[in-house]
Amino acid sequence: MIGPVGIIGRLFLPPATGGDRLPGVMSAASASHVLLDAAGIAEVLERLAAEIRAGLPEGVPIALIGIRSRGEVLARRLIRLLEGLGVEPIDHGTLDITLYRDDLAEIGPQARVRGTEIDFDLSGRCIILVDDVLYTGRSVRSAMDALVDLGRPQAIRLAVLIDRPGRELPIQADFVGLRFSEPGVPVTVLLTESDGIDEVRIG
Amino acid sequence: MTPGSSAEKPAGTASAGPGNSFVWTRRHLLGLEDLSAEELLYIFRTAENLQEISTRSVKKAPALRGRVMVNLFFEDSTRTRMSFTLAAQRLAADVLDFSAARSSVTKGESLRDTVRNIEAMGVDTFIIRHPAAGAPHAVAQYSRCCVINAGDGQHEHPTQGLIDIFTIRERKGRIEGLNVVIVGDIAHSRVARSNFWGLTRLGARVTFVGPTTLVPRAFERLGARISHDLDEALKDADVVNMLRIQRERMTSQEFPSTEEYVRLFGLTRERLARAKPDILVMHPGPINRGVELASDVADGPNSSILRQVSNGLAIRMAVLFLVNQANSQDGAGPPG
Repeated sequence: MIGPVGIIGRLFLPPATGGDRLPGVMSAASASHVLLDAAGIAEVLERLAAEIRAGLPEGVPIALIGIRSRGEVLARRLIRLLEGLGVEPIDHGTLDITLYRDDLAEIGPQARVRGTEIDFDLSGRCIILVDDVLYTGRSVRSAMDALVDLGRPQAIRLAVLIDRPGRELPIQADFVGLRFSEPGVPVTVLLTESDGIDEVRIG
Repeated sequence: MTPGSSAEKPAGTASAGPGNSFVWTRRHLLGLEDLSAEELLYIFRTAENLQEISTRSVKKAPALRGRVMVNLFFEDSTRTRMSFTLAAQRLAADVLDFSAARSSVTKGESLRDTVRNIEAMGVDTFIIRHPAAGAPHAVAQYSRCCVINAGDGQHEHPTQGLIDIFTIRERKGRIEGLNVVIVGDIAHSRVARSNFWGLTRLGARVTFVGPTTLVPRAFERLGARISHDLDEALKDADVVNMLRIQRERMTSQEFPSTEEYVRLFGLTRERLARAKPDILVMHPGPINRGVELASDVADGPNSSILRQVSNGLAIRMAVLFLVNQANSQDGAGPPG
């Protein structure tokens, strides 16, 4: 099986073959700015859910906690997929990391406190933190600080839709939907629930 | 604008709708008179989202870590100062306490020199209570710090106004169309003024009730209803906010005897029984039990007095957070 790294690396080569492309992944020639369309996102999420299911610890209650705002949407979708794979019950929570960011002073008035919604006790649970893009690692650092202020989870794991290079902290994801290997290229995730369309864009 | 329109959507910067594109830009909170409905609702939304912090085992978030707040109080206050202190601490700020009675003000130092000197120590926010109306506004003009008015003379007490309106909204689900009766020494009350400005902006009808000497007709020109008959005013009231009668006022010429005041303007169980069954009873504290408010009413099911105190924390956290964010060096948007 070809790993996701290889598939995405090929996007930046001339579209010579194209016959064995992953369904949903656009070729560089047709629309170089769209990395995944709706079908592509659905497929990546299914693979991510399967990966999470395979990596779940035995006998420990599970909770998926999404980082606002798109991680929240992804966590909901992943819970549906995991339930389809026979994993339940799973708690769902949403984490607002605004108050924990290390760049609050630079953000200025744009910072918006949207609130954390976690109505269960984190203690003793395995928390799977969900975000759309893992980039510098700073959001995840903030999220972990916020989580440990809320309780003492048995473990925290990280699941992301896209992993792109540019880490500034020693943080890696446990479950990755798609690895995007080009450094310095911005990745934007758009989701129907928050943006009206399912699409991952680059550039 | 109604409270319903402020419903949260998980929208990011890319899809920010009109309700979500609002940006708070004030680095001072001096009064509610010039706040827009949008600004008021934005404070409430931020406060709602900060309430969760107070329910945790670790009641703290690091948003204002490394910032210094100064309680600059030229008038006595216990609960307002405690509330601001706790709010600042919940956001991990450091707090300095200044009270005029024990300071060089007694040696003749001016407000400006006091502010300049404390500012030189590297502080970020002044929370000012002063007997002179406009004192916080003056400081805001020459200070690079954030200024929050914690009560200036008879002018405004904006955070108390926000707390009261936030509590009404929480209990009634809306502000628009409500009849709010404010009873007491309206002429000298900064709480009455802040409530009036905020409530009116959000579409409530405000009626001021009290003796003729303490409820100036001038408020009618601003759109308030004036009444000297509490029973009449209570008939269609959704909320009644009982202001504290200050002891020093009770002996003045403007004030009837205490017995007469209680008979005409005190909120008793008998009087409350003739009002709407779901009327909300408020008091900004501290209460003179048996004067403006009977004990069984203060502790009864219609009372939201302790809720006001709890909400005070969330409102003050929100205000501290917002003014400090607006005073940040760089206004650039968050990186992706």
